[in-house]
Amino acid sequence: MPGNYMPSAAELFRFSPELLLTAAGTLLMIFEAITSPKQKRSLPVFAFLSLLAALALAVAASSDPGPAFNRMLQVDGFATFFRVLVMAIGAVTILISTNYLKQAEHEGGEFYSLVLFSVVGQCLMATANELIMIFIGIEVSSIATYVLAGYLRDDKRNNEAALKYFLLGSFATAFLLYGVAWIYGTTGTTNLSGVRGVLLDPQNAPNAILISVALGLVLVGLLFKVSAVPFQSWAPDVYQGAPAPVTAFMATGPKAAAFAAFLRITMWAFEPVKNHWIPVLWFTAIATMIVGNFAALRQSNVKRLLAYSSIAHAGYVLVALTAASKTGTEAAMFYMVSYAAMNLGAFAVIAHVARKGERRVEIDDFAGLGNRQPLTAAIFTVFLLSLIGVPLTGGFFAKFYVFKAALDSQLIALTIVGLLNSAVAAFYYLRLIVIMYMQPAPEGVDTLPEPSLGIRTALVACSLATVVLGVFPSLVLDIAGRGASFIR
Amino acid sequence: MPEGYLPLFVFLIVALLFPVVLLWAAALVRPSTPGQVKHEAYECGIEAASNARGRYTVRFYIISILFVIFDVETVFLFPWAVRYRQLGWFGIGEIGVFLLILVAGYIWAWQKRALEWV
Repeated sequence: MPGNYMPSAAELFRFSPELLLTAAGTLLMIFEAITSPKQKRSLPVFAFLSLLAALALAVAASSDPGPAFNRMLQVDGFATFFRVLVMAIGAVTILISTNYLKQAEHEGGEFYSLVLFSVVGQCLMATANELIMIFIGIEVSSIATYVLAGYLRDDKRNNEAALKYFLLGSFATAFLLYGVAWIYGTTGTTNLSGVRGVLLDPQNAPNAILISVALGLVLVGLLFKVSAVPFQSWAPDVYQGAPAPVTAFMATGPKAAAFAAFLRITMWAFEPVKNHWIPVLWFTAIATMIVGNFAALRQSNVKRLLAYSSIAHAGYVLVALTAASKTGTEAAMFYMVSYAAMNLGAFAVIAHVARKGERRVEIDDFAGLGNRQPLTAAIFTVFLLSLIGVPLTGGFFAKFYVFKAALDSQLIALTIVGLLNSAVAAFYYLRLIVIMYMQPAPEGVDTLPEPSLGIRTALVACSLATVVLGVFPSLVLDIAGRGASFIR
Repeated sequence: MPEGYLPLFVFLIVALLFPVVLLWAAALVRPSTPGQVKHEAYECGIEAASNARGRYTVRFYIISILFVIFDVETVFLFPWAVRYRQLGWFGIGEIGVFLLILVAGYIWAWQKRALEWV
């Protein structure tokens, strides 16, 4: 009966952040079409404010947790955690991009509406309690990101990045969808709670082989989205080719959302058969850490270096997932927050130094930055130290909790490999710091303009977040703990 | 593997072998006289004028993408129109939201002059 489809007011309220962002994104496209160039300057402000409003709505919606739309969505502490995270990432991305787009002479409301649409998709991934909904979330998020990756369409590198991302991304999503079909075939449902119920039921346990195949296919899709080995090959090319603010966004937002879906699928729906997926994640985590870190050692392009470093960081989060415990989930959630703060900050600096046409993205272009712009260099150093995992930064506690969770679950070998990898990683981050402070600026280098207001705000916000996470980690860890208890 | 799948498996083998055996048997008995004429299109319309993998203007893509958008619109409008009475105000609201978003895209494409053949 049609009447049953009518969502209740409570359901609409739980879904209101996504509704607001969709409306704002659509409005931005109309504004872009009908306003004068002068009025267009306020479009990023509009996008930024609507993200903040949606963030407030997401926090407000968490006061009334529960299912929505026939249990398609599940608004709980876990969903709110990741919703707030991806919206904050979207807001910082807008701060970084305004000046970048102005320099590239490619300002446009479309950019911001695409960011908003992508954030909507990521919110759906975080909230979904249904495999089909996760698929839709991934698609909404990815399609917007494919376009963003090729946003400067006159730039060959942008085109290459967009095309590679699109082809490989669609391929991976097809695997995920095929896995969903297998799950439906074996368990008779695509609802995550339903799948869990079937797997827990000893009376009619589904065939173990069929479940393994289904889970394997879904894992291929998800591991691709978090750029884990062996599905990492797209990440360096795409991260290097895309505009720097978009790379900042791609490396954090979709990844955080993908881990949210990953956690819900592994730690909630497929938790009863965790012996099937723990070995897979164990190998993937080790391979991802090693490949990411050792490939990063040899990079001369800073964007590519951070691309490999982000692969390595996905490996650390996978260590937390392999722990398959509540502490593991908490550690993964904490890791995503601190990873987002330091990575967005680092890419903001790169977007600032790269300037028009991204001519200055080699490591040597950062030489003498410590003299030329001491404050920018100092803040960049904070992010790099946090990426290494030095105490008093968010990166330290992120790694600490991950390895603690791994040790609690008796994953000794995995912890040792992870710690050794952190030591290797220190080399390439420190190299950047050394070049920044100890090498003179190359001859004939043009002066670097002061960072724009947007970049400055983003840098201050990210560095504050990085330091606060490093000094008072319990602020976020407590929220993560409450969120994790919903799925575990 | 559940036993119920065995007939399916046999069917798969037979289906794979059938064309292979048939083509092989035919190749044994038929005469072989290859020639240039045999490679041409046979009663399949006009002869090819150029390579199909040539380059053509990007405008065609814009037109085809716009077509897809408005094609999908009808795909959703049609089932709604058929069940119009049963869906009632709920249906009107849903299709209204859908059309509103589509019209926003239409306005955007129009103002960006995607509808003009420059």
